[in-house]
Amino acid sequence: MFDIFLDDAPALVVVLPLLISAIIAFMPSKIWPWIISIITMLFHLFLSLHLLKEISVSGLIIYEFGNWEPPWGISFKIDGVNIGLQLLFSIFVLVSTFYSRKIFLNEIDYRDSGKAYSLWLLAVGSLNGIILTNDIFNLFVFLEISALASISLIALGAGQNRKALLAAFNYLIIGAIGATFYVIGVGFAYAMTGTLNMNDLVIQLGQYSDGQLAIFAGMSFMLIGLMVKAAIFPVHIWLPPAYSYAPSAVSTLLAALATKTILYFFVRLLYEVFIIYPSYLSLFLDFVLYPLSLLAIFIGTVIAIYQDDIKKLLAFSSIAQIGYITLAFSLKDHSGVASGFVHIFNHALIKGGLFMAVGYFAILYKDRVTLNSLKGFGYKYPITSFALLICGLSLIGLPLTNGFISKLYLFQALYTNQMYFSIALVAVSSALAVVYFWKIVEQMWFSEIKFKSEKEDAYIYLPIWIVTISIIVFGIYSTPIIEFSNLSADYLISGYQN
Amino acid sequence: MVGGLFIIITSQNYLKKVVGLAIFQTAVFVFFVSLAKVLDGTAPILTKMANAYSNPLPHVLILTAIVVGVATSALGLALVLQIYKNYETIEEKEIESLELKSDK
Repeated sequence: MFDIFLDDAPALVVVLPLLISAIIAFMPSKIWPWIISIITMLFHLFLSLHLLKEISVSGLIIYEFGNWEPPWGISFKIDGVNIGLQLLFSIFVLVSTFYSRKIFLNEIDYRDSGKAYSLWLLAVGSLNGIILTNDIFNLFVFLEISALASISLIALGAGQNRKALLAAFNYLIIGAIGATFYVIGVGFAYAMTGTLNMNDLVIQLGQYSDGQLAIFAGMSFMLIGLMVKAAIFPVHIWLPPAYSYAPSAVSTLLAALATKTILYFFVRLLYEVFIIYPSYLSLFLDFVLYPLSLLAIFIGTVIAIYQDDIKKLLAFSSIAQIGYITLAFSLKDHSGVASGFVHIFNHALIKGGLFMAVGYFAILYKDRVTLNSLKGFGYKYPITSFALLICGLSLIGLPLTNGFISKLYLFQALYTNQMYFSIALVAVSSALAVVYFWKIVEQMWFSEIKFKSEKEDAYIYLPIWIVTISIIVFGIYSTPIIEFSNLSADYLISGYQN
Repeated sequence: MVGGLFIIITSQNYLKKVVGLAIFQTAVFVFFVSLAKVLDGTAPILTKMANAYSNPLPHVLILTAIVVGVATSALGLALVLQIYKNYETIEEKEIESLELKSDK
């Protein structure tokens, strides 16, 4: 019955959420927007699985819009690099959509739920577009759609705390500057090569083998623009307020997936296109990305220790975690890129789980969750608290959780590159992560006040536990994540060695 | 372009920041359109008179970017309006002092 859709699956995973989003925008109903979103995401997952099947046979799908052949038309590309991310994206969005219903009902006016889910699907569709697109200008459009949708979603948090408006506004200004920088870079690249298609760009750039100043300027503009969007250290300032004042369901989606998709495109641009100038690339990686990652890891962790507000604490720890990912990507070899992808997968699950649990506490507590307010929650709400504990241990990197696998591969990659200083720094920052997480645990289980356990909402703790169990499962049986990451690294690095 | 960026960074007024952003973006659009000019080229319409055409593609790209820019400005202005309703001011310094008071 779905056969007619399958040929267009690459386009549909992006177009479907965008279309449905327009349909549900004006539904005044409490529940229908949610049901329709769930059905959409189920179908989305079905299409992603179909893509996985196709990829395992052919290894590469290029979908041409309107049958315009590349480099003239816009095309989507699915290969070993992004199929794993696509699958993770589809599954995680389904789980967090399921989770979001009760949270939205508590945090925003129910008459707005149609609009909220409309924006939700808009963000989902455009983020998926970032994963699949093979056209550098098309990426800008998706980047802006996703930014505008998430800004509106963040601003919905104004019903809880008016600071959400300021956070959304700052994100808008800084994000728009970043996106415009990216467009300037695209302009330079287009002026020199006359193409926007990424594969063609590599070929066209080849004719300037010694490199031209205009190209380097363009490349730098593009990279800086994307760094702003991906919240890489010095340009991350929009992220902590945006994550912490957004409605909890929105923080979950953004923290788990929004920066990850942009990081993915960032590394793809580096290793697939800019690889053609190895000297420029290693200059950028060694002297810009590498030191910035180390700073991000260290400063993000230290600031997180001094945070009282739990959502802010998690947001700053995200900065540090993004630092781990970029540190891995700056290593220029197979093990580095693979461990970066491993951490993209694992961190999406960990941060998603943590934000889900904290979001539920925010609703139970009916205020912002600070360290003090968590007193005795370990006894009061044992089911969610235990999930939070496991996610937190995984964030630190304890064995049997997927965070351990990430750290293991990162250490291995650093060790093969003989970067002992970074190994020490990552180890110290992991130890510091114990400090801030221990503060939470102490409040939850070791405070004076004892509570009887209260009933928890199955609609909320079920998705939290799905994520938590997947954290444990991937901590013990990590083969799928490792394989997808190695596949991604194979595709990207093979270009580097040629 | 630099002027727009300057306004965004220096002005304390949120409304002015949105305007600065619009100027910044427009400058980039003009840069793109200037890329399209081909020497002695005419508008890309098939005629026998022309021997070179200007490149129409950057115009098309910028058409898309203008739509994005309009949406960004609209959302920014809507947020400024909401900020005004909630804080009764759109000056950054005044809002900061308000927030400091409410935190205490």
